[in-house]
Amino acid sequence: MMSPAHYLFLSLALFVIGCIGVITRRNVIVVLMSIELILNAVNINLVMFSRVFGDVAGQVFALFIIADAAAEAAVGLGIIIAFFRNRETVLADEMDLLKW
Amino acid sequence: MLDSILFYFFGGVAVLSAALMVTRRNAMHSAVFLITTLLATAGIFLQLRAEFLFIAQIILYVGGIMVLFIFVIMLVRLDVPLHHIRFRLQKFVAVLVALALGLEVVAILYSARQLPGQGLFVTGSAPADALAPNSQKLGESLFSSYLLPFEIASVLLLVAMVGAVVMAKSKKGTDES
Repeated sequence: MMSPAHYLFLSLALFVIGCIGVITRRNVIVVLMSIELILNAVNINLVMFSRVFGDVAGQVFALFIIADAAAEAAVGLGIIIAFFRNRETVLADEMDLLKW
Repeated sequence: MLDSILFYFFGGVAVLSAALMVTRRNAMHSAVFLITTLLATAGIFLQLRAEFLFIAQIILYVGGIMVLFIFVIMLVRLDVPLHHIRFRLQKFVAVLVALALGLEVVAILYSARQLPGQGLFVTGSAPADALAPNSQKLGESLFSSYLLPFEIASVLLLVAMVGAVVMAKSKKGTDES
């Protein structure tokens, strides 16, 4: 395998791209997809350190993160569908029901 | 040699399609590029010899979560907002945050290089067959050391499933839907 720093930089690049997506995009579905990208970047780190130390715990944690991502996507998309049914929009700046 | 070729190929594909995913205006294009990123990450997992996670990544992420995303993108009408202007200020803040995060981690990596002994740039790792029957070791660990988190995860998935169904269900007696 390559040195751990290679994987750290790859994971950092994916994480930062995901952060930019969360901040700049207006479409809430794309924001959720960027969050999936961030979780995925974390998984690369976990699997890499699991390989470096020869311990399977990192891969178990990566599996739990995948399960969390699935749960988060299901609930988030349910909220988006419910909101779209009420307000006919999925844009983040038009979601101002709680804004006074 | 083969390792570095695989790493640079999959890593390059992952970063490139992630950048395309964030910048495309059409949400469906974003979803397709996110699928490419996830598949490339699965390749990185395989290169790290985590075969079970490679399969789980493809089946769960690409086959499950992304299909859900594409269904919702098709259900929700998206052709209206395509020519709206995006926020200028938010883009500025995003670049700032990205720079701060990047500088932070580069500084950490640089200081880790100065440490005596094995730094992060050393290729030393456990022997390749330390996790040899990967699915078996993962399963043994999951059902012995991590049994309680495993059960909690199953309860979490049940709660998420019920929540999603309740949220997305159309209410009877209202005029919408």
